[in-house]
Amino acid sequence: MVHLILFLGFGAVCVAGAVNLLVQRHPINSALSLVVVMGSLAAEYLLLGAEFVAAVQVIVYAGAVMVLFVFVIMLLNAGEEEHTKGSRVAMIFGIPGMLVGSLLIAWVLLEHSGTAAVAVGALPGPPKTLGWLLFHDYLLPFEVTSVLVLIAIMGAVVLAAPPESARRRD
Amino acid sequence: MVPVSYYLILSGILFACGVTGFLIKRNIITIFMSIELMLNGVNLSFVAFAAQWKALSGQVFVFFVMVVAAAEAAVGLAIIIAVYRTRETLNVDQVNLLKL
Repeated sequence: MVHLILFLGFGAVCVAGAVNLLVQRHPINSALSLVVVMGSLAAEYLLLGAEFVAAVQVIVYAGAVMVLFVFVIMLLNAGEEEHTKGSRVAMIFGIPGMLVGSLLIAWVLLEHSGTAAVAVGALPGPPKTLGWLLFHDYLLPFEVTSVLVLIAIMGAVVLAAPPESARRRD
Repeated sequence: MVPVSYYLILSGILFACGVTGFLIKRNIITIFMSIELMLNGVNLSFVAFAAQWKALSGQVFVFFVMVVAAAEAAVGLAIIIAVYRTRETLNVDQVNLLKL
């Protein structure tokens, strides 16, 4: 019972944050509501027993990625978004489409899922076990992601550096 | 005890919110945040299925998704900075030419 109440509470916070992201006009408000979504998702991971995933969610997503977002918003001095004709068309088709889609997903899941339920902390994911899996069974994907991150770092540096002409003028 | 389908419905709602944001938002940074929201919804379903089938591989895949999302955020925000430097706008409706 407590599990269900906790799930519903954090789930409500999560959905409220996601809806707030869509409603807000200023990007900084959207970014802060995305932080709320990620924080309450970390709580949902804890309810499922994935403690290490929850910790990484807070550190990497709510921490590093969102700091990057807020930093870019501040750097570019992003103001309120202006609405155009295209955005009105997208709103007319997008919101009903989203409602229909999520109702369809919910209906299918409720109709065709078994009665399987998960208890609090159903599958504990301690860092030791996860690390063993990561460095043993998934060693090749792990090494490939390290190459991906290296390429991403170089790409970000190359793309964000000022253009050649601007540098020569200095 | 919470049914797995509740977790999946929550992840479906998050994904649908992300898709809607991607469609209705006109600020390129907010569109990017909607993509992050979609990735988070998928992560939740990974962890829920891992708990249902008692397989820790689901949690390992969440880490891979996070790594790809972090790399994508770094490169994407660099692209946004480059776009802003040449166009001086963040509105995607005004960024409609590949060439200046």
